[in-house]
Amino acid sequence: MSATKEEVFSKVQAALVDALGVDEEEVTPEARLVGDLGAESIDFLDIVFRLEKAFDIKIPRGELFPEDILNNAQYVENGRVTDEGLEQLQSRMPFADLSAFSENPVVQDFGNLLTVRDMCRYVESKVGAA
Amino acid sequence: MRWFWIDRFIEFESGRRATAVKNVSLSEDHLHDHFPGAPLMPNALVIEGLAQTGGLLAAEHGGFVERVVLAKVAKARFHFSATPGDTLTYRTTIEDINASGAVVSGTSSVGERLQAEVQLFFAHLGEDVAGKWLFDPASLLAMVQLLGVYDVGRDAEGNPLKVPEELASNS
Repeated sequence: MSATKEEVFSKVQAALVDALGVDEEEVTPEARLVGDLGAESIDFLDIVFRLEKAFDIKIPRGELFPEDILNNAQYVENGRVTDEGLEQLQSRMPFADLSAFSENPVVQDFGNLLTVRDMCRYVESKVGAA
Repeated sequence: MRWFWIDRFIEFESGRRATAVKNVSLSEDHLHDHFPGAPLMPNALVIEGLAQTGGLLAAEHGGFVERVVLAKVAKARFHFSATPGDTLTYRTTIEDINASGAVVSGTSSVGERLQAEVQLFFAHLGEDVAGKWLFDPASLLAMVQLLGVYDVGRDAEGNPLKVPEELASNS
């Protein structure tokens, strides 16, 4: 299975337009799923279903969004992700750019981190896009 | 409170599709408020009926062990409003189902006329509520029996549907 990055973006864009009821123009690579496109937690389940179908892939729970780390007392202190937790997140989410989040890693803000580009990178890693 | 927005299942293929009917009647109180002198079946309740049809289909697939909740109405399109005397036929199909939830598409028709089209997303509540029933098992069983699930239901092999062990033993 292979796809170009343009094909991946185009299908991710279509999935987000359908799942979030946003316009195609709004779904830019830089757009944040929560902050810019208004995704709510339940939408992530919807998006996962759509991506699985569009790319014929399986997305295990917690792979795109490692909630288990954020719920783990070992990696969170006073509502902030510890250095060890950040390392864990980065190793589990090689597709995401965590640099901005790392500067002020408040758990509550984590959901606002993921961009369309991150999601495309994730899918590319699953389908081996060139 | 009674919250039945379907009257009876007429087809039920486990894990695949289910069809239920809803008879719209002037004896329903809500039609006299919606609207006085011009009774129209509220389309929000058409969605509810489709969600009950598809939600029970999804829940039955998991032996009623998963706690299935309507999480999102991803799409809803209405072509006209049903009025007293109409029989709405709700047809639902499971498009996808896994551990986290189910995608169900559905249509509502009056005879041959397409009345509504929906896409519904059901979530399975997570482990934090594991082992807890959303409904009292005996009431749940009575409800699905009342709606005729086990009168018309067929399993994946086409055999008559059986009450799942877990539900029967807890009732």
